[in-house]
Amino acid sequence: MTGTITPDNTKIEITNLKKQFGSNVVLRDINVKVDAGSVVALIGPSGSGKSTLLRCMNLLVIPNGGRIRIGHDTFVFDDGSKMPKAKAQAHFRSNTGMVFQHFNLFPHKTVLQNVMEGPLVVKRTPKAKAEQLARTLLGKVGLDDKADSYPDRLSGGQKQRVAIARALAMEPEVMLFDEATSALDPELVAEVLGVMRDLASEGMTMIIVTHEMAFAREVADKVIFLRDGVIVEEGPARDVIDTPKEEATRAFLSHFHTRNND
Amino acid sequence: MYNWDFDILWGYRWLFLNGTLMTIAITAAVIVLGLLLGLFAGLMQLSRNPVLRWISWAYIEIFRCTPLLVQLLWFYYALPVLTGVELSAMTAAVMTLSLYGGSFYAEVIRGGVIAVDPGQSEAGLALGMTPAKVMKRIVLPQAIKQMIPPLMNQSIIQFKNTSLVSVLAVPDLLYQGQVITMDTFRPLEVYTVIAVIYFVVLVPLTAIVKRSEKTLQRSH
Ligand SMILES: Nc1ncnc2c1ncn2[C@@H]1O[C@H](COP(=O)(O)OP(=O)(O)OP(=O)(O)O)[C@@H](O)[C@H]1O
Ligand SMILES: [Mg+2]
Repeated sequence: MTGTITPDNTKIEITNLKKQFGSNVVLRDINVKVDAGSVVALIGPSGSGKSTLLRCMNLLVIPNGGRIRIGHDTFVFDDGSKMPKAKAQAHFRSNTGMVFQHFNLFPHKTVLQNVMEGPLVVKRTPKAKAEQLARTLLGKVGLDDKADSYPDRLSGGQKQRVAIARALAMEPEVMLFDEATSALDPELVAEVLGVMRDLASEGMTMIIVTHEMAFAREVADKVIFLRDGVIVEEGPARDVIDTPKEEATRAFLSHFHTRNND
Repeated sequence: MYNWDFDILWGYRWLFLNGTLMTIAITAAVIVLGLLLGLFAGLMQLSRNPVLRWISWAYIEIFRCTPLLVQLLWFYYALPVLTGVELSAMTAAVMTLSLYGGSFYAEVIRGGVIAVDPGQSEAGLALGMTPAKVMKRIVLPQAIKQMIPPLMNQSIIQFKNTSLVSVLAVPDLLYQGQVITMDTFRPLEVYTVIAVIYFVVLVPLTAIVKRSEKTLQRSH
């Protein structure tokens, strides 16, 4: 079910979202609004439903109830209703870029082909134009010289930067990051965070699931703390991370360094 | 001591050649048709639609779990009784072998597809590709790497299986051998030559399979 609502400044609007796997209720009545151009950090313990919430936003997981609007596209879910059609799902997804913890680059394609794949196949962009776009984006993430390499020749940090370029090639309105730096060696984390920081400053609307609290504090406008499928606390990033109101948030944050050496 | 006499077979060289070519032609046909059937059945196994899954499951199990010789006889002699439509021996042979091979290919293709990291389909879907596009452009090209060696092995088995069609009087290599034997009363020489012909065709093929396994491991 796609409809058009004239949005105000909110780019993402999630209303009464529910998801359960069998009898395991993973998201209970989630409500989130994200302003255009803002960065939201989604934090919480393992199993709290962060990935599930993120994956609901691009329909890799189909919710059992609620409503999701991204830009002008809205999907309404309820338990009785049929799954959205594959074509409609695909269209909805093309408007959100997703970056995975394990990169998921296409190993049988070169770096350049990875980045061109979305525009070529989904948008039917002419090859020359797709290549130009891909080269521009690879330049942006600092990997123009790797265009003709295969992914298995890259370091983890380079792979993740290619994955970001691949997602950006669809020119999405929203970027979703699911622990984009968790699989990286510590010395490679900074280069990926750097690219994400640049994106944020260019005004990309971003939702990032992360355990990098210092980064969340610095880059995110808003932090949402999720536990057992419920939003326990949300607010401006520095407020939530520096002075959490809820005991649960405080307990969770006590496991992390929340500041760089500043 | 048996007195070998291969000279007498020289006069039948064109029959041997004919039979060999027929065997190769039947093999080629049943490999191509079998792969098509196997691709359909293998992908149906992975479908979200339970009816499609059930149909392909029934097909695969029926053909994997009954002897090929029984299937050949059933399609040639029993099916016409049921349907009233007579099949030529050649049609029945090619159809049965294709269906039989397809049921094995289907399992190979299904296995190859599920061995691909699910993160690959997710990445394709996340770009906005339809599931069909993801299968064609992302999953199958990666799955084929794993599938080619077992598909080739299965095809080698199919080559040998074609010898069974002689029971329907399809003029393959073995059938021609029977004809020559009845003419010459030299079964030992005839069947030795036939075994050698199968061997000579298959040895290079198995070498190619071995080689391709190695190259595929290294390729992208
Ligand atoms: N496809 C699935 N099928 C069944 N259960 C699932 C599925 N995906 C997630 N779950 C369950 O949902 C719950 C939340 O998982 P989710 O991956 O969203 O947590 P998370 O907050 O991202 O955790 P982590 O920090 O470990 O990544 C877990 O109990 C998990 O077992
Ligand atoms: Mg997760």
